[in-house]
Amino acid sequence: MPVIKDAVCSLCGSLCDDITVTVENNKITKIENACILGHSKFVGMFEHDRIETPMIRKDGELVPVPYEEAIEAAAKILVNSKRTLSYGWCSTSCEAVSGAIQLAEETGSIIDSTANVCHGPSALAAQEKGSPSATLGEIKNRADVIIFWGCNPVHAHPRHMVRYSSFSKGLFTEKGRKGRTMIVVDVRKTDTAKLADRYVEIEQGSDLLLVTALRSIVNGHEDVIPKTVAGVPKAEVVELAETLKNAKFVCIFFGMGVTQSRSKYKNGDAMSSLISDLNQHTKAVMIGMRGHYNVTGFGQVATWETGFPMAIDFARGYPYYNPGETGANDLLVREEPDAAIIAAADAGAHFPQKAVRHLARIPVIQIDPYANPTTEIADVVIPAAVVGIEAEGTAYRMDAISLRMKKLIDSKFKTDEEIVKDLTEKVREMKRGA
Amino acid sequence: MKIKANLISGRTADQGAHLEAKTHKGYFDACTYCELNSADLERLGASEGDNLKVTTEFGEVVVFAKANEGNPEGLAFIPMGPWANAVLSPDTHGCGMPGFKGVPAEIEVTDEKPLEMKALMKKYMED
Amino acid sequence: MSEILIKNASVCDPAQGINCETMDICIRDGKIVDSVSENAKVIDAEGKLTMAGGFDGHTHSAGKINVGRFMNPNDAKKNLVPGLSGQVARTEKTRAQVGYNTPNTYAIGYRYAKLGYTTICEAAIPLLAARHTHEEFKEIPILDKMGLSLFGSNWQVMEYIRDKEPEKLAAYIAWGLKASRGYGVKIVNPGGGEAWGWGKNVSGLYDPVPNFDVTPAEILMGLAEANERLQLPHSVHVHCNNLGKPGNYATTIETMKLFEKVKPSRDRQSLHVTHVQFNAYAGTSWRDFETGAPMVADYVNGADHMTFDLGQVIFGPAMTMTADGPVEYANARMLHEKWSNQDIELEDASGVVPLFYSPKSFVNAVQWAIGLELALLVKDPWKVMFTTDSPNGGSFVNYPEAFTYLMSEKRRAEVISGFSKMALDRMVLPGIDRELDFYELAVMTRSTQSKMYSMPEKGNLKVGSDADIAIYDILPGHVDPSTEYAKVKKAFSGAAYTFKNGEIVVKDGEIEETPKGKTYWVNAKVPENIDTAMQKDIDRKFRKYYTVSKANYMVEDMYLQKPVEIGTEGVF
Repeated sequence: MPVIKDAVCSLCGSLCDDITVTVENNKITKIENACILGHSKFVGMFEHDRIETPMIRKDGELVPVPYEEAIEAAAKILVNSKRTLSYGWCSTSCEAVSGAIQLAEETGSIIDSTANVCHGPSALAAQEKGSPSATLGEIKNRADVIIFWGCNPVHAHPRHMVRYSSFSKGLFTEKGRKGRTMIVVDVRKTDTAKLADRYVEIEQGSDLLLVTALRSIVNGHEDVIPKTVAGVPKAEVVELAETLKNAKFVCIFFGMGVTQSRSKYKNGDAMSSLISDLNQHTKAVMIGMRGHYNVTGFGQVATWETGFPMAIDFARGYPYYNPGETGANDLLVREEPDAAIIAAADAGAHFPQKAVRHLARIPVIQIDPYANPTTEIADVVIPAAVVGIEAEGTAYRMDAISLRMKKLIDSKFKTDEEIVKDLTEKVREMKRGA
Repeated sequence: MKIKANLISGRTADQGAHLEAKTHKGYFDACTYCELNSADLERLGASEGDNLKVTTEFGEVVVFAKANEGNPEGLAFIPMGPWANAVLSPDTHGCGMPGFKGVPAEIEVTDEKPLEMKALMKKYMED
Repeated sequence: MSEILIKNASVCDPAQGINCETMDICIRDGKIVDSVSENAKVIDAEGKLTMAGGFDGHTHSAGKINVGRFMNPNDAKKNLVPGLSGQVARTEKTRAQVGYNTPNTYAIGYRYAKLGYTTICEAAIPLLAARHTHEEFKEIPILDKMGLSLFGSNWQVMEYIRDKEPEKLAAYIAWGLKASRGYGVKIVNPGGGEAWGWGKNVSGLYDPVPNFDVTPAEILMGLAEANERLQLPHSVHVHCNNLGKPGNYATTIETMKLFEKVKPSRDRQSLHVTHVQFNAYAGTSWRDFETGAPMVADYVNGADHMTFDLGQVIFGPAMTMTADGPVEYANARMLHEKWSNQDIELEDASGVVPLFYSPKSFVNAVQWAIGLELALLVKDPWKVMFTTDSPNGGSFVNYPEAFTYLMSEKRRAEVISGFSKMALDRMVLPGIDRELDFYELAVMTRSTQSKMYSMPEKGNLKVGSDADIAIYDILPGHVDPSTEYAKVKKAFSGAAYTFKNGEIVVKDGEIEETPKGKTYWVNAKVPENIDTAMQKDIDRKFRKYYTVSKANYMVEDMYLQKPVEIGTEGVF
């Protein structure tokens, strides 16, 4: 009975790499150390609805077809398209991302990742003010003040606090949770907030005000602070600023409460400035709580291969980047793409209605192991192996550390990497023919 | 009775656990609700499990009512997913990111039932 | 069997003492050979300067550079050196290209090759993030690659030095090189990276590292001892303490002196000091800042145990990136620039900050002069490696421009004429009339690299060496670099031919082929009992402090493209 140790969990951006998996008859029968999300992914493999076969929509219904026919149909869509959107590529390996970028380059497509609806604004914030960060082990070993701002790791990154942050113990943090001050800034008392030493409830959409006020105080301008900021009394804001200044090591973990709320990238931009200012007094860093296990990897690969982390338009033959113009949602809302590939992500579930409406109108190629809302609007569906379980490959943790995901069991399905390769070959063949 | 609320969406553990099981009832259960403070529910005359219609500038959707005392009054939360996205803002303000948090909404009790995932998506194909 | 005969080349190969002599070069199966058959493909190189492929021994081209790309997307469009920068659409042969200081991986490969360069050494690989470096290596076409692994603020290193465990230290270095698939030992601001974990820095060689009870001097000596014990092909590669601070030339000389007592275990230097331009500052503040190059050069001229590289400044935008975290934070605050930081648990720090070198700024003008002063005041070119610490001092695509500074006093005078009087008062460059010839330039751009990295098959045109060859459309003796520097720049900006392993990869300045390059790494043998004892210590580190399992730490074989393992035998 093979027991595989130190497997990497391919679910969230925490990328826990201490999972023990027991495999019997090519089935995962036991999984240790994983959280509810990871457990659901590894064990759920055998309970969830796989897309069993490639499918093409005929007369409104998806009907099974041989793999080659699906690849051919998909390639035809790409060759006939003047403006393809290639979207997703985050629940997959860096190797698949690399292939997808090459395909986008060769077809003059636009390629974007789930960062478009997640931490895209954090990239813009870094482009404004930089990204003062550290690996998670720095937090584990040093941080005595940890803020979770607009994020809810109890739900989204369940083992984060034990492995990397609040509850972890390290060289200079031997007391673990007792030696740390945990602060949550949010608009509602989340399950994470319930665990905090201090919960700061702000008015929804006013993050920028609070960050700016904290900067003012840290920089010695307490006098300009009004009686309340973002719904928080001045005294509480001042106390928060003092806690940060007097810490030995501060980390602000921030989530979609920061990136998706009003002011969007300006929130992260101001937070980066706050971190810089705090370093005049103490040590401080910030880390984005990335959702998909390899959304960070997409950004890394895209950046080294194209110069840009997301929203890359190859229409000109070289990469062009302007996220408010070439981001997936902007494109769809403008009804610009005439075809789309959605892979290893679910635009059908996670894009607002207006974008989904356009997707429903144009030919959509889906590459995914599982049926999901995107399947309902897809025209060509190609099932894939589950990366990190049925296929190996590279993924990047939220702190940009890359890890090798193992193949744990065999699969009859092709990997994303192979599918992209086949698709690219077919497109080349058709172009040569034309 | 209608109330005005500020609508946000976000991840939950249940939603995350069903990321790859979106055709299952578990996903429907994990995403097809709107959390409100019980004072807001009371004002609506709604109990947990009742059907609520959430209407915004961008559309309407029917979901189940759920109480959450963690929500301040006037703040509504629907887990991320196709139901939330039926009513969230597609406007990115030119920076790529749609409006997933902070959308003005009206909420009322309804007799209509929440659509299951496939039926919800089918509407897009019919549009 | 593929054979090529390069006929009538004007060969400049300092490793063999050949100074622009007309010769034929024979290539068979990627190597330089004595003779080839009559079936060989003939390339006529008459009237063309022919050298071994260029070797950039210190460049930031994989890993941290991605942070630079990420935070500064506006670099993608910059086309300050047409033909070698900016946006270029894909072709049948080449992938799409962008960038100037931080080009995408494909552009890095193509553009170095166009300059006639065939090997690069990435200057800083954090052990924990080494996989990333190799992932980028894989996507850099044409070039052979290697990298230096960071050890200067590593907990295990500092503990072994504090606890006087030199054997286990050497075993750990061997393991770290293997884990990161690195080629040598890089030390950046020794101890400073750990201090930066608390937002602090170390102030010099004898300022103890917080909590670890060792000094930067002890770290340097401990690592040098381990380096020589393992008989590594390269010496320790040191970025000195106090980088970027007025007055730091004293620390630099002090560091160099420290190594006088280190006995190299191989026929090479015992110390390489990197981007010395940034560490050769006199004065006590930015007000009385002036060149410290004469003092440093003076010392180097009397020393025979060390080599250094320049870190030459190029005017215009640059992207600074270094494991010296506190320096980058200071840069960002001083210049009101955006700031990225990435501290690596248990190992080191790092930062990335864009900046702009302006000839109008007296500080920048003096920095520009210091690099050239170092190159010109140090008499023996074999001690000098030409670099811009790309892209810290400026992008590598400016090398041809920088060569003209080294080769022409007139060209330097032209640039200097734009400086303020204050700048002129703080430099000695205007009084230097030395002009390098092609031979000396070849030493600084390929030959000395071969020696300092113990890579006999690189950087020369000896029989048996790799057929990595650059042919430039310029004939020494017919062109006077002193006055015709525009011709020099043009010739070096686009090689007539670049051969990589005997294959023509560049012809007339354009990419012909894009083969994959090799990856060099060092596997140093350590006695099993010492290795076992060391493993116990690091097992504890992984159990208690790292956030990555030991089993997932080491870079796996599949990440290495065409790996070349260099074995060494540790002496215990």
